[in-house]
Order: sequence, then C-alpha cells, then structure tokens
Amino acid sequence: MPPSIQALTHTYFRHNKRFPHVWCPGCGNGIVMGALLRAITRLELEKDEVVLASGIGCSGRMPTYLDFNTLHTTHGRALTFATGIKLANPALDVVAIMGDGDATAIGGNHLIHAARRNLNLTAIIINNSIYGMTGGQYSPTTPFGSTTTTSVYGHIEHAFSIAELAVTAGASFVARSTVYHAALADQLIEQAMMKPGFAVVEIISNCHVQYGRRNKLGNAVDMLNAFKEQAVTVKKGSTMEEDELRDKITIGVLADRDLPVSTDEYKRIREQARSKREGK
Amino acid sequence: MTEAKRKRCLLQGNEAIVQGALAARCRFFAGYPITPASEIAEQLSVQLPAVNGTFIQMEDEIASIGAVIGASLAGVKGMTATSGPGFSLMQENLGFACAAEVPCVIVNVMRGGPSTGLPTSPAQGDVQMARWGTHGDHPVIVLAVSSVLDCFTITVKAFNLAERYRVPVIILSDEVVAHTRESVELPLNSEVKVVDRIAPAMPPDWYKPYQEDARGVPPMASFGDGYRHHVTGLVHDQDGFPTQNPQEVEKFHLRLSMKITKGLSDIQLTRKFHMDDAELFVVAYGSVARSAMRAVEDARKAGIKAGLLQLITLFPFPRRILTPYLQQCHSVLVPELNLGQISREVQRVNQGQCAVVKLNRVDGRLITPHEIYNRLVKLSAG
Repeated sequence: MPPSIQALTHTYFRHNKRFPHVWCPGCGNGIVMGALLRAITRLELEKDEVVLASGIGCSGRMPTYLDFNTLHTTHGRALTFATGIKLANPALDVVAIMGDGDATAIGGNHLIHAARRNLNLTAIIINNSIYGMTGGQYSPTTPFGSTTTTSVYGHIEHAFSIAELAVTAGASFVARSTVYHAALADQLIEQAMMKPGFAVVEIISNCHVQYGRRNKLGNAVDMLNAFKEQAVTVKKGSTMEEDELRDKITIGVLADRDLPVSTDEYKRIREQARSKREGK
Repeated sequence: MTEAKRKRCLLQGNEAIVQGALAARCRFFAGYPITPASEIAEQLSVQLPAVNGTFIQMEDEIASIGAVIGASLAGVKGMTATSGPGFSLMQENLGFACAAEVPCVIVNVMRGGPSTGLPTSPAQGDVQMARWGTHGDHPVIVLAVSSVLDCFTITVKAFNLAERYRVPVIILSDEVVAHTRESVELPLNSEVKVVDRIAPAMPPDWYKPYQEDARGVPPMASFGDGYRHHVTGLVHDQDGFPTQNPQEVEKFHLRLSMKITKGLSDIQLTRKFHMDDAELFVVAYGSVARSAMRAVEDARKAGIKAGLLQLITLFPFPRRILTPYLQQCHSVLVPELNLGQISREVQRVNQGQCAVVKLNRVDGRLITPHEIYNRLVKLSAG
C-alpha cells in the first residue's frame, strides 16, 4: 500500500510555511510533488540527506512547501547550483525540479552539459508545453501549430523532445511519464534517484489554464484523459511506425546505462593529486 | 618538529590569488576559461584536489557562479575567476548571492571593453559594473589589488569579509597585476588569519535562517547539517520564505544594507603614502596605484608635497577616509584606466572642496609614473 496523502502531508509539508500554495486547482505540479514524496518514502531517505533545487516558474515553487534542504534558484540555473551542492557534499541526494522553459530554453545549455558531465544528480522536468507563470507564452516544447499568447497566429517552431535530448546528451538514466500515470511517475523517480549518474525524468503535465484553454483542450480532467489516450509504452512504441507515433507520448524508461560517474571519478583525481604532492 | 620557514617565491598576480584562496581555506572553484584570468583556474585544478577540494570547469560563467553558490550553501568556501565578458554573465547569480546572503568570492581580472574588447590589455573599465552590474538596490564589497603580494593578502581578506558579512565579495584585478611576476615572501598558513561563517548554535527547530540580530548577519547553516531551511532569490522573511508584505520587504532591504554599514571600518581599506603633510594627492587603485606611488616619490624628491591615497576597497566607497584630505589639500588627481569611474565617486564626496583632476587612458596601455609626475608638477605650480 502506498502511503496515504495525509501521511505524506504530515511527514513532508512544512508546518511553518504559510500556505496556500501558488498552483491553480487541477495543476499537474501537485501530482508530481506527490510522486516525488512517494519515491522518497520508499527509498527511506532522511530529510536531512535530501536537497531540492528548483528554477523559476510554477514548478520552481515546489521545494518551498517541503521540509528538506530547499533552494529556489534563478531561472534556468537549478542544475548549476545542484552541481555545486553535490560536489561540495556528495553524501546529499540532490534533486533538481524544473519546468520545460526553465530546463530547455534558458537552462538548455546547463541540461545538456549536466547530462554529458554525468554527476550523480536527478532532474525532474515537468513539461506542460507552456510558460504558465508569465501568462502562457510559447516554450521550446510548445507543439507546432498551437496557440499561445505569443503565437496567436499558430506556433511556427518545432518542439524539443526533452527526454530524447537528454538521451542524446549522454544522461545515465532517462524516463518519461505523464501526470495521468502517477504511479509510474513515482516509480521512475525512485529509479532515477537510485541510479548512479545523471538521471532525467520528464513528466508531461497539464496547464489547462494557460495552454489547455487557448487550445480548446478542456479542463484538467479532460487533459489527463488525453494523456491516457496518447500514452504508449516504450516497448509498444518500438513496434510502431513514425507516422503512428506522431501524436503519441512514449512513457517508460528510454535509457538506462552504466557510465563512469564524475562525482566518483573525482575521488581518483584527489588521490592522484595528493600522491603527486607528496612526491610518491 | 622543525618550524616551517617562509619561502621567497617568484609569482604572478594570478598565482598569488590561488595561494591566497587556498590559505583562506577556499575548497571549491568553478570557472570558465577567459583571458587574462585563466591561470587561476589552471592552478586551482592542480592544487585543489590535493587538499581535498574540488575544481570544476563549467559550461559558462553563469553556471560557474551558480555552482560556487551551491557549494557555499553546502558549507564549502568557493570562488570563481573571470574577466569582463564573463563578469557580465555572472551578474544574475551575483544578485542571487546578495539576496540569499551566500558568501563567495568573484575575481574579475579586468581587460579592455566593452564586449570582447581588448583581451590582453589592461583596463579598469569594470569598476562601476562591479558596483551596479546586477539589478536592484543592494550594497556590494569590491576590493582592488595592485601587486602580487596584494593578490595574496587581499584574496584572504575577501574570503574573510564574505564569510563575516555573508556576502559575495568582488576582487578587481587587471591584466598588469595578473601577469606581472614579482618576488614575494608569502606568510605561512599558520600566520594567516582565517574567518569562518558563524554556524547556528540553537536547536534546528529554533533556527530562523534570516533572523535579525545586533550584527545584522544571521548565523548560516549548511545543507546537510540538520538545519533544513529554504533559500530563495525572492525577497523573503526571516524564515526564508517569499514575502510581499511591505514591512518584511523593507526590513529585508534595510538589513542587507545595514550589515555592511555597520562594518565600514572593517571593510574600507586604504593605504596612505606621504599623506600627513600633503598639499595635493593622488587617489589610485590597481596597477595605476603602483605608477602613482613612484610618481609621488619623484614629486617629493622635487620638493612637491604630494601624497597617495591608494584605494583597496572601492565599494562601499571609503568617503570618511577621503574627506579629511579633500579639506587639507588644494587638488586631488585621479588617474584611471577608464574615462573616470572612480573620479566620479571622488567628485561626489568632494562637494567642491578641492580641485578634482582626472587623468585617463583608454588605449589599452598603462599609465606611467612619468605621466602622473608631470601632472603633479603642473598641479603644484597651480
């Protein structure tokens, strides 16, 4: 039995934080937060061992509400701060929480280099295809043809696939879920946090207020149901033609590979530097 | 055990910054290569791992200072080093460090600007950017180095100020200081006074990360040591949570300023040469201060009562140290490798008391002692 919402709330919410939170009713961010907390519960991590770092945007507020070591950084830079924390204290479990604009527009360079560098970090990227907090402008994951406040004539650019970008950039572990598949999301986060090396979990989420409304996708429930319809597993997807896959969301583990982890490799550098200094 | 002895060594300014950082117990460096600051990264990549520290070359300067702030929040003293264009990129996260009160040190080895400018030529064009580069209204601490020994001692001082006041501290060097080799005798590590941040003494439940106290600098817990708290670049209350309450917002701003104002006598560093009986004097910093010192010596030999007030702290601008001399002297000469970024400050403080004369060069060349001497002769003749 997974822990009840009430148990998670009592254990992990900050009692001294002045609620309510900033998210709209029905926002997928809450589902991702629940998934993260269930993963942490199952991993039996101490609160003091966990650091949550976020960027700017709706998703950026998540750490504020949770009783861990939490950090709300500048827009797009969560992974850079996370890198410093992890290198300074490798015993900490560092999780960066980002939105799609945060992680792939302003933070795109940091994302690909974090993947290439392969520190032992976890990145959770909540992808709702829009800049929600600033009023619904198009992001690097807004689909071609969509309407947003900065593409009222229809979007003419093409969207990134965040997970595939992370695979290509060299992350050790890459997975994707949607907020409809909440149980899968928390399993994937758990796997990502256990995986040595840089791990990315992309979670497709709903912004029915900014994205859904303008594109006539209905309310939060309608959008979640659409995710259910669109989702195909990695296994099933591998048997489908490119045309069939166009409007689908592939969910599951996209990459899981064992690569040297630079957080561990640096220990070797220290030994070398010390023995050189001591003239051995 | 035999006592260690000081050694004389031939060092570049950049190398002395490395030694100063290590002596101040800096154990983290993140940076991105740029001329004329690269030697700092190169040497720390060799030396930091040997003392159980960490070096990382990041993908850009924005990432570099982000990583330094992260390391500092996890309890490790960190530094980055760059030059003008990289310093421009760092401004965003520099502001974060000010708002969230994260100690760290940023070295800017100035080169000609704007933009890519003159990568291998000296300049002092980043003085006002160091003061006002990041958005919003907040104090900063900016120190300038003029010699290889300075590079060591001022770097130690920068770390100590950063830790004591929980602020980022900017060291302005320039291409001449960075690449000039001088024979120096560095103090032993045991002789270097090192300041560490004050850790909270109360139980974790009682800890308020931004609580106001008499000093204005709250104790700082590190991630992982049991004091779970929230850090943000948003204006926050004493618990660290975002606030828009006007009283809390004002309190936030006033405390950031107040903690620096309270420490002015500790922060504002200057050097004086022949100032006691000076009738005219030079205000200079960085490599120009070296030329100025020679010029003042020559002027004294020629019977001119000239003095030099060398600024080590550029900001907060040391007006209380400068003011008496503005009353005492008939003129002050401000030579700079820019079009007048500190002379503007001198003029502001002067309020018409004595003549403020500028001497500027922006052609990528040094200001020589002779140029300053000639101006002193002219000024003394009235």
